[in-house]
Amino acid sequence: MSGVKEDTQIVAFCCQYCAYAAADLAGGLRLQYPPEVKIIQIPCTGKMDILYALQAFEEGADAVMVAGCLPGDCHFLEGNYNAIRRVERVKDLLRMIGLESQRIKMFHISSSMASQFVRAVEEMLDVVEQLGPNPLRANHPENPKEMISEETR
Amino acid sequence: MAEAMASNGYVSGSNLEKVLRAGHFAVTAELGPPQSADGEVIRKKAGLLRGFCDAVNITDNQTAIVRMSSIGAGAILVREGLEPVIQMTCRDRNRLAIQSDLLGAYALGMRNVLCLTGDHQTFGNHPQAKNVFDIDSVQLIQMVKTLRDERAFQCGDPLKGSEPRFFIGAAESPFADPVEFRPYRLGKKIKAGANFIQTQLVFDIPAFEAFMEKVRSLGLHQQAYILAGVGPLKSPAMAKYMKESVPGILIPDELIQRLEEAGKPWAGKSKDELTKEEKKARSEAWKQTGIEICIELIQHILRIEGVAGVHIMAIEWEEAVAPIVKGAGLYPRPVVEPLPA
Amino acid sequence: MIIAEQKPFEEIKSLVGAAQKVLVVGCGTCVTVCFAGGSREAAILAASLRMASKLNGDPKEVSDVTVQRQCEWEYLDSIAEQVSAVDVVLSLGCGIGVQAIAEHFPKTWVVPGLNTAFLGLPAEQGVWVERCAACGDCILGLTAGVCPIARCSKSLLNGPCGGSQNGHCEVNPDIPCGWQLIYDRLKALGKLEMLYEIRPPKNWRTSRDGGPRKIVRPDLRLSEEE
Repeated sequence: MSGVKEDTQIVAFCCQYCAYAAADLAGGLRLQYPPEVKIIQIPCTGKMDILYALQAFEEGADAVMVAGCLPGDCHFLEGNYNAIRRVERVKDLLRMIGLESQRIKMFHISSSMASQFVRAVEEMLDVVEQLGPNPLRANHPENPKEMISEETR
Repeated sequence: MAEAMASNGYVSGSNLEKVLRAGHFAVTAELGPPQSADGEVIRKKAGLLRGFCDAVNITDNQTAIVRMSSIGAGAILVREGLEPVIQMTCRDRNRLAIQSDLLGAYALGMRNVLCLTGDHQTFGNHPQAKNVFDIDSVQLIQMVKTLRDERAFQCGDPLKGSEPRFFIGAAESPFADPVEFRPYRLGKKIKAGANFIQTQLVFDIPAFEAFMEKVRSLGLHQQAYILAGVGPLKSPAMAKYMKESVPGILIPDELIQRLEEAGKPWAGKSKDELTKEEKKARSEAWKQTGIEICIELIQHILRIEGVAGVHIMAIEWEEAVAPIVKGAGLYPRPVVEPLPA
Repeated sequence: MIIAEQKPFEEIKSLVGAAQKVLVVGCGTCVTVCFAGGSREAAILAASLRMASKLNGDPKEVSDVTVQRQCEWEYLDSIAEQVSAVDVVLSLGCGIGVQAIAEHFPKTWVVPGLNTAFLGLPAEQGVWVERCAACGDCILGLTAGVCPIARCSKSLLNGPCGGSQNGHCEVNPDIPCGWQLIYDRLKALGKLEMLYEIRPPKNWRTSRDGGPRKIVRPDLRLSEEE
């Protein structure tokens, strides 16, 4: 992807019943998707904790995507609806902290939607391209002091 | 009150009490004090009301907006030769302050007090204020009666000297909820010691008749004088606002239609299209109709058994009182000689 | 239980001020249940403060710990060491927790991260409502189990004011009229006549009006030797 720095990191929390399978399928279909995405399998987006997302940003992720089942199709009935509200809450927290709220987004991707998964990753890469890297990341040139989380954690 | 009346003795000797005791249909009117220290405003408004009512209610920071105090304005009225009804709410004063203010009011010549809960401060211009509500309106009535009849403070301590002999008023909102409880709440206030009652504004005569029927069945009209609240509507917008936003006010649609009818010559034009003169003429037409409606309401109310008078609330429009009183055939006001002791 | 909510982040930042080492202390009781100051909220706030301060070019060391109850000395003992190592303690307890920390650690600067709101219950998920004003002289036996002190905006004792309409309080249509609730319950239970009695002025001495309150139970006190 042109314009995106090599060390770009996108963390994707993917439901095992849908988006994770879609990512798998994309691989199987030989659909190219950007290598910057780190996929984390979760049993349901309802398991997506606000703290997971915050931690990802604190550790330097440039963007976080949460990908769950299509509305109405949650294996646990409404885990994906809970995730929508939590993503909104994370957006509030990001604004409060001083990061751009666009850095996190909720997607709904069924297990057969491999190309949509690829597009979702590309969309998040575009966001990072626009916003620039996460300013919290270590050795980021815009970071005023090169203080890193190891010592503060 | 029953015993006081039976003995021919007045509880307070106020003009309002004398007029009611003599069996006249009483007229009280409301006077809103200014949001300033200008006593001239009171004198001017007093001039508008002089001769057209038996006593003048002075509001106590009505709608929780700071105004000249009821007792301060009342003192001016006394000097002007008008009789005030001091309105006292439980919102701004605790039992200490209320009692001490009432002692002072009596010493300054005030003889009637209307005991109210008070609008919540969130409506007014100091919504950040801490409210008091140490006692409620029923307990306030009881306290004023204790001061007068038992010559004792609320705590039980005796007064050291002469007691404030107030003619005690209370309010009732016949159409607020729960509606079935309202006559009983009125009964509580009378049991607590209210001598006269002033109701919330009445526009819906059948609803008020139903309320009075219940009041009569409880015998309350024989234990206190009930004055129906009336007031002139200024415009269709005001009427609609009151109907929709003020709890306990019922305004039949036909009254609003009559007001709209009055403004018809100017209808169909937006506010900006009307000239200043046109706006003034329309406003006058509405006001004239508002006064007419008010007169008709009083004429209906005169025929309802158990109603002892009307309380005219012409909010910031005291000029309307004279034509209303005249139009309703209630002018001139009676001059009552005291009953023999 | 005690219901609280987190202060705005800007206010929390200004309360923390220039302190470098911050300990966010959560509380595992009431404020956990109302999602204001439990271990999760403490961790989120600590992470938020770390990130915000870093973005601000002034990275702070912010850690978090949660005790079972901030309002009991023995639970506070367990965090004594962590407390002594920081410049400021940001308590996510209710006002009682903040004061317990202040009292227990006299040398520690402690600031509140919550606004303690009221005594109430969760009416539904995500909604908490006030139920008790802790007046110290319970009258629920006279009012069908609905408190007019806490639930009538004017704390009236003798029935609804003229501002009750369609079951709502004049103050705000979101507030149910406390006296309508009392009326409905008394009616349903066939005890409406209780409303006709005049209730005398309340003795507010048992409330905050009598000064800070205290209860002593001699039967429960330890003897001086102990």
